[in-house]
Amino acid sequence: MPMQMPDFSLIVPEITMAVLGLMVLVLGLIVPRESRHGLGWFTAISILGVIGLVLAGWCKQGNLYGGLYIVDQYAQFFKITFLTAAFMVVLGSMKFVDKHMGGQSEYYSLVLFATLGMMVMASAGDFMTLYLGLELMTIAFIILVCFRRTESKSLESGMKYVLLAGMSSAVLLYGLSLIYGLTGTVVIAQVGKALALKQSLPLLVLGLVMLVAGLGFKISAVPFHMWSPDIYEGAPTPVTAFLAVGSKAASFAVLVRLFMSGFPGIQLNWEMVLALLAAVTIIVGNLVAIPQTNIKRLLAYSSIAQAGYILVGLVAASEAGIKGIMFYGFLYVFATVGAFTVAAYFYNATGSDEIKDYKGLAQRSPLMAAVMLVAMLSMAGIPPLAGFVGKFYLFATIVDNYLWLVFVGLVMSMVSVYYYLRVALVMYRDEPVDKTPITVSGPVTITLVLAMVATLILGIYPGPLAEVVNTAAHSFFIAH
Amino acid sequence: MSGFPFLTAILLAPIVAALFMVFIPREEGKLIKCLAAVGTFISMALSLYVYFAYDQRLGGLQFVEQIPWIKDLGVTWFMAVDGISLPMLLLTNLIGFSAVFASWNVTNRPREFFILLNLLIAGVMGTFMAHDLFIFLLFYEVVVIPIYIMVVIWGSSKRVTKEYAGMKLTIYLLIGSAFLLVGVIALFVKSTAILGHPDMSFTKLAEAGMKLSSFDQIWIFALMLFGFGSLISMWPFHSWSPDGYAGAPTAVSMIHAGVLKKIGGYGLIKIALFFLPLGAKFWAPYMAVLGVAGVTYAAFGALAQKDLKYVVGYSSVSHMGYVMLAIGCLNVIGINGAVANMFAHGVMAALFFSTIGFIYEKTHTRWIPDMGGLARQTPRLAVAFMLAAMASLGLPGLISFIPEFTIFVASFQVYGGLAVIGIAGIIITALYVLRAGANTLFGPPRPEYDHLEDIRGPEMVPLVVLGTVLVVGGLMPSLLFDMVNSGATKLMTHIEGALKIGGAL
Repeated sequence: MPMQMPDFSLIVPEITMAVLGLMVLVLGLIVPRESRHGLGWFTAISILGVIGLVLAGWCKQGNLYGGLYIVDQYAQFFKITFLTAAFMVVLGSMKFVDKHMGGQSEYYSLVLFATLGMMVMASAGDFMTLYLGLELMTIAFIILVCFRRTESKSLESGMKYVLLAGMSSAVLLYGLSLIYGLTGTVVIAQVGKALALKQSLPLLVLGLVMLVAGLGFKISAVPFHMWSPDIYEGAPTPVTAFLAVGSKAASFAVLVRLFMSGFPGIQLNWEMVLALLAAVTIIVGNLVAIPQTNIKRLLAYSSIAQAGYILVGLVAASEAGIKGIMFYGFLYVFATVGAFTVAAYFYNATGSDEIKDYKGLAQRSPLMAAVMLVAMLSMAGIPPLAGFVGKFYLFATIVDNYLWLVFVGLVMSMVSVYYYLRVALVMYRDEPVDKTPITVSGPVTITLVLAMVATLILGIYPGPLAEVVNTAAHSFFIAH
Repeated sequence: MSGFPFLTAILLAPIVAALFMVFIPREEGKLIKCLAAVGTFISMALSLYVYFAYDQRLGGLQFVEQIPWIKDLGVTWFMAVDGISLPMLLLTNLIGFSAVFASWNVTNRPREFFILLNLLIAGVMGTFMAHDLFIFLLFYEVVVIPIYIMVVIWGSSKRVTKEYAGMKLTIYLLIGSAFLLVGVIALFVKSTAILGHPDMSFTKLAEAGMKLSSFDQIWIFALMLFGFGSLISMWPFHSWSPDGYAGAPTAVSMIHAGVLKKIGGYGLIKIALFFLPLGAKFWAPYMAVLGVAGVTYAAFGALAQKDLKYVVGYSSVSHMGYVMLAIGCLNVIGINGAVANMFAHGVMAALFFSTIGFIYEKTHTRWIPDMGGLARQTPRLAVAFMLAAMASLGLPGLISFIPEFTIFVASFQVYGGLAVIGIAGIIITALYVLRAGANTLFGPPRPEYDHLEDIRGPEMVPLVVLGTVLVVGGLMPSLLFDMVNSGATKLMTHIEGALKIGGAL
């Protein structure tokens, strides 16, 4: 086979991200300490630029390096999702970073690298690339989680994250190696072809279980979720937001790719397992969220439940299911980043994460209270917010085969309203103890308003996004 | 039908008013109230126009607006009214406008209150105008959150705390709507398979729904019955209703008992019955039985209450039992009676709650034994109270007599003995309503209430608006019945046609 130059234009966004990450690091050395605040703006605007690059290459599709790296609209859409999340997190965290963390250039650079890792995951066509992206993201996150060096909680959760993430990576890797041993290939599409000829072997089942466990950890599906509340609570809040959104969405991108194009032949084997996993995740996430008194822990459990809903799309194992995952993943970004940004900013102003301290927030800062309410109700799936449409798409895909799961999902999402409304109660009913208004700074306002407006618009008029997602989900099947 | 989009304008008027309020400083209470009144007045005037401009002889959907909305779900922004939805729309506006004035004395955070109130009214109107199931659902659930916030901030804690009342109200309705949603999603998926493309408009779904197997129709109908039934406070899913009304501020009680509940009955008729005729056929007797059970159980419940709001709360559960019984008849007369009774009860309940609201505002109590002789001190309030009370027990000449009579005729034809039990409920109704009236208004006046001022100025608006409707509707029932009949006949023609095809007739 003649050597062919790969088409590098396909991976311009990734190359740009890598360059940017390094550049921010260097800029940190050049720029004087007082004006490092500007690095946040620089990063945010560059991310917007990268989103532009991805959009510009929207119609270009292709495989690089013989299937190692797949650029299709499916991957592109996920990249836009990650970049949007990164953009919002960066803007929302500028104040927080200046006040509590320091080391701006390292922080922003790590955020960029974590995003790069996610982008690689979305495009990964074989096990190696997948693992590379996963580790790039995870290592960046480990550092980010313990970024507040003086805070023992942050260090503790960093330590926990190192150990547990390492363990889950090991399990995942072992699973991948078993499957490699069975099929003799690491390219996901070829694994699918090789397995189509085989009966289901015990070894394959073991490999699958390990894959589910390894990635289940990343999406914090029950019973692999134990780490997430602790780490979400201890990590600096903007990092938590990014961890909850980016790391989850990227892992879903990988999960879909692995299961839909790697193991389509043995679908029945994993469909039921995933359905049970989704049900347990939804139930446990929502029920355990009820007694929480710390806003970050509450959001952590609710985000576990959210992962359960998204899993439903994978259970469907169809184009519509993938579409549901992508749609829900995208709007989940706005709701989650919005809620965590409020939490971060509230901590910035008051130094507390306790729900009881949110008393009278509606009077101190109507914007923050409104964003929190909108974000939470969207997660609960109350119309006219985006979550409602998202759930409609997801659950419509499994009505025929898994009606019981539809019941579980929808009833539990109404249960979730209970704990979301308790937060609303505190924010809206109670009189504030400290009446000083909280003024929201410029960049944070952008994130908050974006989160709220996007959640509302996607809920009332989801048509255009739905069509984009349709093409993206469709491209997933063309490529193979 | 092109031309001025009346329905969207009706929907937007309160929302636009609410948007203006956001930018008005919170101290300008008077201005905010005026804005709320103007917004709801525009809606009311427009819907009155639409009501009388609707061509009853032509029937069917009129004032249609259609804009494609979400292509891959087949959703259209489909606004239209027919003989069943128009009375409900008008009712919403009458009550909404009155509710603004019933809350004229709200001084605690008025801006937030009136913004939420306007959004709430708009949400309820939307459900009655939507002719697309998805859009209907959007409006259906959107009202839950404003209600919760209004109850916990402006509600009152008497027998139960307002937090409890608000949460109970919310959770009941949401769990109901979760089941409803499962039904809707299943219906959507199955109808897409039948039609070959997704379409959520009522017309298309009805076309597809009647082709479903009878088993599918029955279980989907059951889910809808549970969802809509818990909204209309069908026994035994009614217990949120008295507690919720007791905890809620006046305006919310008015809107909730007056119209929001009616979305349940409306949904049962225009969605469940219309889409799933075989399911309706199967469940109709059960609906009738639950209806009668609700009538008698709640009437006895009301008899035992000493708190005015609880009396009216239970009474509204009891009246909704008649609606369920009427829907269970599954014929034109029954549907006529159900819709008309919902309208009549809405006006009456709203007037009742606004009166109780004023009484409570002035006397600071709703406890019947603590009151008496108020007719001397506050005669106008007493007139409002007695009007509502008389309508409640179905006095001929007031709006609710003919609808109840219609229901008895229809149900006696179909169910015989069961209907007799239902009719007997009216005696108990008379008992508790008269007793409440007598103990509150008549008897020796109490000196501690001598200083009370009667309602006046803006406070008179609910009495004037709703009282007029009560009397006019009673004297000229054809105004209401011709309209309802034009819708019910079309609906039943469709259902009977479908049942014939399905072989159930």
